[in-house]
Amino acid sequence: MNEIYAWAAIALIILASTTGDVLLSYSMKRVGDVGELWKQRGVLAVLGRVLATPTIALGLMAMGVAFYSLLFGLSWGNLSLVVPASASLTFVANAVAARIFLHERVGRRRWIAALLVAAGVVLMAV
Amino acid sequence: MTFRKYLVLAGITVFSTAGDSLLARGMKELGSVNVSLHNVSTLLLAILNPWVALGILFLLTFFACYMSALSWADLTYVLPATSLGYVLVALIAHFSFHEVISTTRWLGIALIAAGVGFVAAGPSVTSSHEPQNSRDAVSQEVEL
Repeated sequence: MNEIYAWAAIALIILASTTGDVLLSYSMKRVGDVGELWKQRGVLAVLGRVLATPTIALGLMAMGVAFYSLLFGLSWGNLSLVVPASASLTFVANAVAARIFLHERVGRRRWIAALLVAAGVVLMAV
Repeated sequence: MTFRKYLVLAGITVFSTAGDSLLARGMKELGSVNVSLHNVSTLLLAILNPWVALGILFLLTFFACYMSALSWADLTYVLPATSLGYVLVALIAHFSFHEVISTTRWLGIALIAAGVGFVAAGPSVTSSHEPQNSRDAVSQEVEL
């Protein structure tokens, strides 16, 4: 039974952290190149524009959900299952989500990279 | 991609890894804390531990680098940089603490490094609807 809970937690981690990453990426694309903005208008302009982007707060909340799911997942499943499974599947999920929601052109190069990194993360944690 | 942007990507790898390691070290020093509502005061006091405080500072720096990178590069470009941290930890463990790294882990290191290399060699932005200059536009076509 605990195994089902652990996989449910893993699914929630993947969902929440992908949502968080996509929201943060979307928000920062709207803010624009932070380096350029800093150079032209100063650090206060950067902070102001970041704080004025509401989707960042949503992204942070999603990240928080992912963090607590990880804590619960670790209480139900082994460290060696929960961490690599969620980390590597999050990579693949992010590639899919970035393509659908952020309209990034995930070409063959980035698909291969996502799969290589996901496989590498699993091997590192074994 | 300028040198400064590569520095920000390196900052993501280094600060997230160092921050996590410092936090782990500090929390071990504090002993096992039961994460629950009854122990909020213990958790709040944890930031008084210098390792934990430094770890949090590093993680905040990581987050600033991460947000900055996302403002000028694709999510699928930035994310592999975060995974280089696993490689960094393994290499530090091997060369500084002389820990033995199994063949499986070396293989994992190779796969992650290859994946990062694959992404880094390609264009950093593909989602922009208005490419900043013609060279970006060309690299977008190539990626298609």
